[in-house]
Amino acid sequence: MKKVKVIKIDVDKCNGCRACEVICSAFHASPKYSSNNPERSRIRLIHDPLKDLYLPVQAGEYTKAECTGRDKYVLDGKEYDECDFCRASCPSRDLFKEPDSGLPLKCDMCESDPPLSEPMCVQWCLNDALTYEEREEEETEEEKLEDVEIGLESMVNKYGLEKVIDTVARMSKKD
Amino acid sequence: MRYAETGFNLEIDLSRGNIERVATDPRLTELHIGGLGTNARILWDRVPPEIEPFSPDNLLIFSTGLLCGTPAPGANRTMVTAYSPQTLLMGYSMMGGFWAPELKHAGYDKVIFRGKSPNLIYLWIQNDKVEIRDASHLRGKGANETAELIKQELKEPNAQVAAIGLAGENKVYMASIEQGRSSASRLGLGAVMGDKGIKAIAVRGTKDINLARPDEFIELCNEVLKYIRAREEKPVPGVMPILAGLGSPQEMKLVDEKWHTENFSWGNARVRKKEFWTQEVEEKWKETQLNVRTRLISCYNCPMKCGAMISVPGISTYMMKCFSKLTYTMAAFSDLDFGFRIAQRATEYGVDGFSTPQVMAFAVELYEAGILTDADFAGCPSDNEGRFYWLLDRIVQREGIGEVLANGTHWAAQQIGKGAEEYAHNNIKKHEQLPLKLGMLNPVYFLMYATGEKINITQIEGQFPQSPFPTMEEREDFVKDWIQVPDEKFKQYLLDWELRGEKSNPYYPTVDMSVDIVDWQEMMHYIDDATGICAGLSSFPLKPPYHIHNLPLFISAATGVDMDEAGLKQVYRRNRNLIRAINVRRGLRRADEKPPEDHWRKRFPELETQLLDAYYKFRGWNNDGIPTKETLHELGLDYITEDFEQRGIFENGKGQQKPRTKRGSKK
Repeated sequence: MKKVKVIKIDVDKCNGCRACEVICSAFHASPKYSSNNPERSRIRLIHDPLKDLYLPVQAGEYTKAECTGRDKYVLDGKEYDECDFCRASCPSRDLFKEPDSGLPLKCDMCESDPPLSEPMCVQWCLNDALTYEEREEEETEEEKLEDVEIGLESMVNKYGLEKVIDTVARMSKKD
Repeated sequence: MRYAETGFNLEIDLSRGNIERVATDPRLTELHIGGLGTNARILWDRVPPEIEPFSPDNLLIFSTGLLCGTPAPGANRTMVTAYSPQTLLMGYSMMGGFWAPELKHAGYDKVIFRGKSPNLIYLWIQNDKVEIRDASHLRGKGANETAELIKQELKEPNAQVAAIGLAGENKVYMASIEQGRSSASRLGLGAVMGDKGIKAIAVRGTKDINLARPDEFIELCNEVLKYIRAREEKPVPGVMPILAGLGSPQEMKLVDEKWHTENFSWGNARVRKKEFWTQEVEEKWKETQLNVRTRLISCYNCPMKCGAMISVPGISTYMMKCFSKLTYTMAAFSDLDFGFRIAQRATEYGVDGFSTPQVMAFAVELYEAGILTDADFAGCPSDNEGRFYWLLDRIVQREGIGEVLANGTHWAAQQIGKGAEEYAHNNIKKHEQLPLKLGMLNPVYFLMYATGEKINITQIEGQFPQSPFPTMEEREDFVKDWIQVPDEKFKQYLLDWELRGEKSNPYYPTVDMSVDIVDWQEMMHYIDDATGICAGLSSFPLKPPYHIHNLPLFISAATGVDMDEAGLKQVYRRNRNLIRAINVRRGLRRADEKPPEDHWRKRFPELETQLLDAYYKFRGWNNDGIPTKETLHELGLDYITEDFEQRGIFENGKGQQKPRTKRGSKK
């Protein structure tokens, strides 16, 4: 079983205060809490108040390349910008990069020793726009087929198992 | 390294187009904390009292508070300071929102403007890069509109913009400085901004803010958040709903307006409508509010939701806070739908939502009394709502009668004459007050109204209930977890306070108790105005998470400066006296410390004299409200003594400036 950590984001509850950005950047400062700077935060509030867009997004994986083609969402009559829902630290935008070095930032769910009950952004979100969930997920161990097997499988599909067995048997006798 | 603050101010000379980054003296932080305290110090040091508000030598200071931008919840206030064109005293206006933390992250504690720009400009601050940019294309644009246009042209959607609308450009004395979510509205500082030729200040900052003792500081923050959560689940019983919780009065969240609509006065602060809040009204207004309110919103790093996005079909979306919801509605004897509609236009124009509706209602009264004539109202629509829109447009454009009304009720009445002064009946120190007219004098409120340097009751009151609880049981319940009191005696004051009889208003709280209570309430506001923590989490509501016992710990942990309760109280007294001294030097005297005659129906001249005497004595001021040499010396303010002596201010009657007359303020 593996543990999946989820920050559930309810955009309707977000009041746009950016406390998540403040405490995230403070928690990840070195030494811890010694400074804060939303620009270093691994969660950012994508927002455009006059259009009623409030979307907290956590930093995800670093990617070397931009997407080919972009998405544009219209939800509830509100048009989101391209990339708004994306969590990647990506060359197409400044988001989720250290302001000094440009190095990518990634949410680590406030991993620490001893572990926190919840990531700090969730703890500081008194409006519960961010809530934390943990769940166990069964690891379905798919058996990995080897190249030969993959080849044989397709032969079986095409000619039937019996014919393949016969052929393999005949071939093995020849040697 | 400096902690919590950046240690740098931006000095902008608009006449020369010069920009400087100037290191500040850390000693001033210890003496005044920051924010309003250091603003006052700069104003005292650099702007002599002879300077007029619209002089190039008047400074316009935008300041963060000491804790702005740190993780302290709700530390986001911007304190704007200049001599006010309306009161001619120190103008002292503040706003929440997102601007101050952004300025801190850009690396500055304050932006100080001097001089005047020959053309309309805006200032663009992006960390170390600071530019004065042309704003001629933004002339006449709305305040929110300006902010959006600037963000687009800079390609900086995350910039925070403080802007004026047309009112500020035209130096209307009620002009505000708008910042989307929030505004610095009182005392006409938008007019000073317009006079200096500044349309807007856009800021973007991506630098760190440092803390001296981080672990300790975050622990304090966590405690505050924990307290807020618990406090929100436990509203104070027995008080009106808007005052039961935290934040500024929850006008956006709540729809119950029985208290305001029946206790505040309608029109030009005249008419009480005792039976107004019927079920029918409640249902209609509730529907109006819920239909236009799209989201409840907060300021930077604050869990409260004191503001709202307002989308009225057919007009641009805007953000509203607090009481402007009702000021236009009640001034015009109209309904909430009208209030939400006209507030949108007023926000774009950038005007104070308290003073402006009152000025319009004042004009309507003068017209009805025949003092203003058809000629003054030529072209005005005949319907009530139309008349208010028309007046708003005239005032903001300074056209026709608007040219006079744009100076506020006090100055307009003087200019109009013919007995118009009687109609400017709701002012203190020339500034329009909340339209509140009550029966019995409340001694605590008498003192706060009379002596407040902010000239605005909501920025002085808080902490102590506005009226007694009827039963001993309720009182005992209230004081049980009242951890905020600076001294246990305040609990006894409340326990003994009765609705009727010997221990009731106006003689109880007694004179000395009233002074104590005022001192506590003022202290909390003065500290907030220096730290930048919002009054809504601190000095304004009952039982707030910040109080005199934890604020010194916040300041020490943030800055590394040793600060205990006694030390913080001393800073408060220093700032209180410094601001009083600035105003004394501008001519403020006891004679000016008068609440409106009709604020209470029952007045007690003898008691009021005793109250004022006692307050002055407690403060260490002479009988004319002037700080004594001894008081100034004890607070390390000997430089004020020296100045007062040179000007002959200590000698009775001397050094007092002649009453100022209004000078023209044409476009």
